[in-house]
Amino acid sequence: MKITVEQDKCVAAGQCTATAPDVFDQRDEDGVVVLLTDDPPAELADDARDAAAVCPALAIHIAP
Amino acid sequence: MSDAPTSAATGSPAEVPEWPMPRAEGCPFDPPPALRELTAQKPLARVRIWDGSTPWIVTGHAEQRALLGDPRVSVDERLPGFPHWHEGMAAAVAYRPRSVFNSDAPEHTGFRRIMTRPFTFKRVEALRPTIQKITDDLIDTMLAGPRPADLVEALALPLPTLMISELLGVPYEDHDFFQENAARGIAHDVSAEESMRTFGALNDYLVRLVEKKAAEPADDALSEIAALVTAGDISVSEAAMMGTGLLIAGHETSANMIGLAVVALLEHPDQLAVLRDADDPKVVAGAVEELLRYLGIIHGGQRRIATEDIEIGGEVIRAGEGIVVELFSANRDAHVFPDPDLLDLRRENARHHNAFGFGIHQCVGQQLARVELQVVYGTLFRRIPTLRLAEPLDRIEFKHDRLAYGVYSLPVTWE
Repeated sequence: MKITVEQDKCVAAGQCTATAPDVFDQRDEDGVVVLLTDDPPAELADDARDAAAVCPALAIHIAP
Repeated sequence: MSDAPTSAATGSPAEVPEWPMPRAEGCPFDPPPALRELTAQKPLARVRIWDGSTPWIVTGHAEQRALLGDPRVSVDERLPGFPHWHEGMAAAVAYRPRSVFNSDAPEHTGFRRIMTRPFTFKRVEALRPTIQKITDDLIDTMLAGPRPADLVEALALPLPTLMISELLGVPYEDHDFFQENAARGIAHDVSAEESMRTFGALNDYLVRLVEKKAAEPADDALSEIAALVTAGDISVSEAAMMGTGLLIAGHETSANMIGLAVVALLEHPDQLAVLRDADDPKVVAGAVEELLRYLGIIHGGQRRIATEDIEIGGEVIRAGEGIVVELFSANRDAHVFPDPDLLDLRRENARHHNAFGFGIHQCVGQQLARVELQVVYGTLFRRIPTLRLAEPLDRIEFKHDRLAYGVYSLPVTWE
């Protein structure tokens, strides 16, 4: 799994951090996404995919 | 653009149904049957709104997400043909400064970045103990008072109002003033004059507050916004618009979710038991997502306008045509949610709802709303297991005439 995020597109809804807090975080100053790991372990993969699906700004991309 | 529809599928202008539509008598939790009929074959159709124009109404989950994420779909309310909510919103267009609500990317991004800071997942999680304490105190006060009690007045309205007031730094003692003006401002039947008056009153109040915060900063979100005014990054009126938006959206919506959910849960005792007996915070969090999906309090349709021709759902939305994105209907789209009219607190994909919208304008305060609802739903039925309606369901008055659905008051009692 290879995750990339587009910080310019992020609208800081917090959905990714709420869904997969071990994979995504938010910047303190404005809530913009911070990627904690671009290749999470298998047990976090489903949450990471779900986070990408619920991101309202379509700012999370996952390659297998 | 505001003339008769041209699509052959919708027939003559006389056949275009009016929006908003009434819900069915006795089905306060389901979308209007006429809307379901209208969009049974296609996920979008024409409706006629208050000014006689005939924008598209979109009900499909996938189509809503596609449109709300499409840069050819604008929230610029100044564009001709924009399908305003009501006469009052249309009349006040020239007086509303640019804000997150009426600007597109990239202008939108600047406003949004200022407003998101207080609502990050971690910042809001840190407020959970405060939210729990306020909830417990409000329930204590209600239990110590007379029966029946009005749950809206005792808990549903004060909790989110106290929280957003504290977070923004708005004096809670002013709550009668801003609640009243906010409530009138989002009524469907508000006149242009009244809309201007309520908007003006709230705006003047926030301008004064922003000026005060600039002079005497405190540890709150309005002071952070006021500092940007001092630095010359935004104007006072832009700052006041942000404050007004956060204040209104911050109390009215969560209050409706609390009141309406209590009615729905009392009508579904098996589901109420799932919530009441839950030890796992994940079960409570899942229940909140399902209630957000099922209740769909934002039922008036989010307003947009196409800036280019867009092919979607077997139709073409032409440049300059209005779009009404009826979020609630997407939450009942059977393509995404099997058996969509069933309230199922253990539904696995409930969080894929559109209750907070989608795209770059998705609700700024959604994480705060989630924690408030998790605390309230997780606490209320545990503290008062015998809670019940003090009047039959058909005597409860629902907010059919408001942009945000809910109950006006909720008489409850307990043993």
